[in-house]
Amino acid sequence: MSQKYLTADKSRRSLLGSLSDTNLLMSITIIVFFAMYLFAVFALGSGFQKAQTFFNILNANAALIILSCGMTLVMITGGIDISVGGMAALVSMCSAVYLDMHSGSVIGAMLISLGIGLAFGLVQGYLIAYLDIQPFIVTLAGMFFARGMTTIVNTKPFNVQNEAFVKLKETRIIIPGLGSYNKRGEYIDAYIEIGVIVALIVVAALFVFLKWTKTGRNFYAVGGNKQSALMLGINVKRTTFLAYLMCGILGGIGGFVYFMHVGSGSATHAAGAEMNAIASSIIGGTMLTGGVGNIIGTLFGVLSLALIQNIVSSIGLDQAWWTGITNASMLCIFLIVQSVIIARRKKANLSSSRPAEVKGAKK
Amino acid sequence: MQDRSLLEMRGINKSFPGVMALRNVDFTLREGEIHALMGENGAGKSTLIKVLTGVHIKDSGDIFIKGHNVPVHIHSPQEAQNLGISTVYQEISLCPNLSVAENIFIGRGKGATVNWREMNRKADELLSSLDIGVKANQQLASCSIAVQQMVAIARAVDMECSVLILDEPTSSLDESEVAKLFKLMRDLKARGVGIIFVTHFLDQVYEVCDRITVLRDGQLVGEYEIEKLPRVQLVSKMLGKELDDMADIKNDSPSFNETKNEIVYEAENLCSSEGIKPFNFRIRKGEVNGFTGLLGSGRSECVRAIFGADKVTSGTVWVDGKQVNISKPIDAMKNGIAYLAEDRKRDGIVGDLSVRDNIILALQVKKGFFRPFSKAQATKFADEYIKLLDIKTASVNTPIKSLSGGNQQKVILGRWLLTHPKYLILDEPTRGIDVGTKVDIQKLVLKLASEGMSITFISSETDEMLRTCSRLLVMRDRKLVGELKGDQLTQNTIMNTIAGGEQN
Amino acid sequence: MNSASKSNTSSSIISAMFRNQIFIPLAALLILAVFNLIMDPSFFKVTLGHNSNGDPILSGNIISIIDCGSELAILAIGMTLVTAASRGQDISVGAAIAIGGSVVLRVLCGTNSRPDEIQAPIIVAFLVCCLVTMACGAFNGILVSIFKIQPMVATLILFTAGRSIAAWINNNELPEVRDATFSYFGGLIPGIPIPTPFFIAIACFILIFLVLKFTTLGLYVQSVGINEQTSRLNGLNPAFIKFITYVILGLCVAVASLIKVSRLGSINYSVIAKDIEMDAILAVALGGNALGGGKFNISASILGAYVIQFLTTTLYKFQVQSDALPAYKAVVVIALVVLSAPIVREKIASLFKKFRPQGAELKS
Repeated sequence: MSQKYLTADKSRRSLLGSLSDTNLLMSITIIVFFAMYLFAVFALGSGFQKAQTFFNILNANAALIILSCGMTLVMITGGIDISVGGMAALVSMCSAVYLDMHSGSVIGAMLISLGIGLAFGLVQGYLIAYLDIQPFIVTLAGMFFARGMTTIVNTKPFNVQNEAFVKLKETRIIIPGLGSYNKRGEYIDAYIEIGVIVALIVVAALFVFLKWTKTGRNFYAVGGNKQSALMLGINVKRTTFLAYLMCGILGGIGGFVYFMHVGSGSATHAAGAEMNAIASSIIGGTMLTGGVGNIIGTLFGVLSLALIQNIVSSIGLDQAWWTGITNASMLCIFLIVQSVIIARRKKANLSSSRPAEVKGAKK
Repeated sequence: MQDRSLLEMRGINKSFPGVMALRNVDFTLREGEIHALMGENGAGKSTLIKVLTGVHIKDSGDIFIKGHNVPVHIHSPQEAQNLGISTVYQEISLCPNLSVAENIFIGRGKGATVNWREMNRKADELLSSLDIGVKANQQLASCSIAVQQMVAIARAVDMECSVLILDEPTSSLDESEVAKLFKLMRDLKARGVGIIFVTHFLDQVYEVCDRITVLRDGQLVGEYEIEKLPRVQLVSKMLGKELDDMADIKNDSPSFNETKNEIVYEAENLCSSEGIKPFNFRIRKGEVNGFTGLLGSGRSECVRAIFGADKVTSGTVWVDGKQVNISKPIDAMKNGIAYLAEDRKRDGIVGDLSVRDNIILALQVKKGFFRPFSKAQATKFADEYIKLLDIKTASVNTPIKSLSGGNQQKVILGRWLLTHPKYLILDEPTRGIDVGTKVDIQKLVLKLASEGMSITFISSETDEMLRTCSRLLVMRDRKLVGELKGDQLTQNTIMNTIAGGEQN
Repeated sequence: MNSASKSNTSSSIISAMFRNQIFIPLAALLILAVFNLIMDPSFFKVTLGHNSNGDPILSGNIISIIDCGSELAILAIGMTLVTAASRGQDISVGAAIAIGGSVVLRVLCGTNSRPDEIQAPIIVAFLVCCLVTMACGAFNGILVSIFKIQPMVATLILFTAGRSIAAWINNNELPEVRDATFSYFGGLIPGIPIPTPFFIAIACFILIFLVLKFTTLGLYVQSVGINEQTSRLNGLNPAFIKFITYVILGLCVAVASLIKVSRLGSINYSVIAKDIEMDAILAVALGGNALGGGKFNISASILGAYVIQFLTTTLYKFQVQSDALPAYKAVVVIALVVLSAPIVREKIASLFKKFRPQGAELKS
């Protein structure tokens, strides 16, 4: 090996190699997010300077954050779950019907939501982990089942009138000191909804789970290489099952948070939420092939998607179709970036010379 | 169970659909010994190890482990770990997306949480004690294959095991790393750990091992102390020929006049991405030659480079005296080269397709997209080769996967003969098939050669090579190390060349 | 072969029938037909009437099945090839139909969204539509074959963007084409009482069978789907073959979108061809084709598509709302994949093995 090759190898390694795949992809997203936000604040002005604009993004996307977290879990194990959007719609509709037509309690509605999520998680997890059926097919069927069931439960969309629920829905948590003045000069407090608190708790809990529990690390191992994980003494089937189970439960929670935000039941609720969740996870640095991903990245993935939609609409492209096109382009770009990164890493590993690497590692 | 035994396996049987992988195999490992498990490809070494580590479940037989009064049943790698058996596999069985430290500690120990600082500290200690130059928090994928292998070894060593299995750990290590590994093995041996060592490198066996168990065709050949089994004898036991018998084999290799016929294929400095050293090669019309060498010596990689099956990185190639560019299989096919691949299941058959489609596939691709054979024409071709090669199949419509191994191989052979190649490469055409078919194939090779086809023949069975080839190219450690012809074509010279030129 | 068939006992004929792929959709069709026959024999009634223009028209459930099932059957052709070669499915076909339909209307309407006369010949509109949908297919194909992204995820991009792109092509306006000739494609040609889509579908079937007969597409696609490594060693270019199947699916989408927009003379971006990807995948599965790729049988897929339309029509007849249909179909899909899962099959086979010797003893 020539000296020239050695140094070239070393410099590339210190750039790319010092970061793990997870951190590299996540850093890209976080940087992109802040760059976009700065751009928005300085170039687009007024709206983005208010703290409430940011909180509104959170309020509107709390449910999506929770759903995306579930998606990230299964994607880390190398799977996918596209039933989360349908689940959210079914959960909203069931809760709405229970609250209004059966005059049920809010707690009861929450339990129903969790129960639906649990049921989906159990069935889908069993089919995928223990019967070894393709996750995409199983959850595609799950999505259509959920959407169909939503219509069967109740056809017409309606707003929930239940007092206890409306009170809960309209609870606003005031953030002191970050309010702003409206056109008439009145001070308006900045606020977030309860759903945001739930979402942040979920993010924190899952972050801890993935980072500091053995089960969480097993998720990564299974996604990294199923066969190896088995050889390393991990119960692969149980781990996979658990991922879908957790995703199902999070689908239930996310569905309820969505319901708290919109306060109505409808078969068209959360349309395309699964695609947004997948896109958010991918943008947040979760690799489709599994084994790479981070909850914090997912959080920023959701925020980036929401932010870019806000930016697109505030620069005048406010027609409905821009949402779909921006989402898809973001997804496409990040997918290709991932694909290229994987290919380059593979190549680098194959061609790198042994002595050069040992030296690089030792330095 | 004997006093000093750590592990005893008695009468182990294991079959896979269509194959009896292990037949009544015994194996004993004693305290503080390094025990080599030897055998050619398909001998059952890997299967035996996977039975021991719970990856495969044995069909019958008993496994005794020291400290357990009754035979143990191992159903998963986790259970094997708990019994004190730790393993380093041939293919690296670690997760590339995790850090080095995690790969050492995942799936082990009690408790539900991960203490990163403690884990990294322990891992760093372990790595430095083994003199492995990586940091514990580095991502495994960013390490070289050799370092990854050392990490796998570190994990296995750290597990407080009584039995350590090393399944070809050295294939990706360089000399200094191998030396490190051997020092480690001797240390462990001194502590009373029993080590099962699988390798294809004979030097290494004689450097560290105390005892050798040889397997062949899924059966136990015998257990030997290292001093009592000279190198050439070991090779002969692995290949299944007693040295005494070998003297008796008449050298009836076909006479072939080197210079009379024109050169069909010639390559200079040919090299592929699969890590072989550049080599020169040529073959004349009607010649049968062969690549020989132990498994992993690079014999398959050479012919794959000739056919363009792997990425060709350098070399100049002439076919019939004209310089040509062969970078992918279709180029080779258009130049009249055919290649029957080593791994029939992975590279040979198209399992769900019928015998007919499997036979016409290569010729069809060569003929072109818009000129399909009619069903009648295809059936005619298929019937012709079914008859010619005596393929036993219910009909031409039978899916190839339901045929026996030997008949599958004949179908693939028929596929390539149908393209009427000038130059046919056969990589292990006789592996895992019955004796009758083996003889058929050898006869066919000689017949084809007498009709003017050039053939390169690779086989793990030396007598097959001797019977068919007029010239043998010997590979060792991915390098072409010798060429034998004429009087040199005897079992003894071949074995000596393979073993490294040392006489017993 | 001959001697074997001569010596066939009745049981082996039945087992051969079971093994034939076409058996599954045929059996499903039979079950549905018998079910309808028992519930309400008038389901099969076909009447000859006249429409407002005085042209003869056949009406009845059967006619509506062969009419409405056409797009699905055409898509099933392409989906079968994609499934076989790339071992995954294209979920963007519904969105691609929206794009294709939008393009057709855009070309026909020109700048005005509701012209009195069409601004370009229909054939031009169709050709442009073909180009666009084939480009969509090529986009998916490149992601799958070159970037090696799993098919379903790669096609997710177009699935997300497709309907938005369709709206964008027409500036979100709702163009309307009131041209008699244009309505023939999705309706009736005067004097012929059978809906035109059925004939278009037949034409597509004939075309694909000719292609399969006069090219080696079928062999190549199956070979790549079953064993990519072997295919490469036999001189094929697996990436290119996968790519080609996506382009062919794009062509199928073009035909389907022409029929779809011709039916209405207009387009609703979010509703047109909704959930058709699910039905197309289901048709492939119902045709007994492995969703994991490999061997395929296009006739079985086509039959599967009509079975699904049969099921849909039956459900409609029992007052099931169109939005609730997916739930029922999802149950069918899960049942199918569970039954075809290797693990389940092995279990069933071992169950049979356990019972067979006992049965033999009982007989003796």
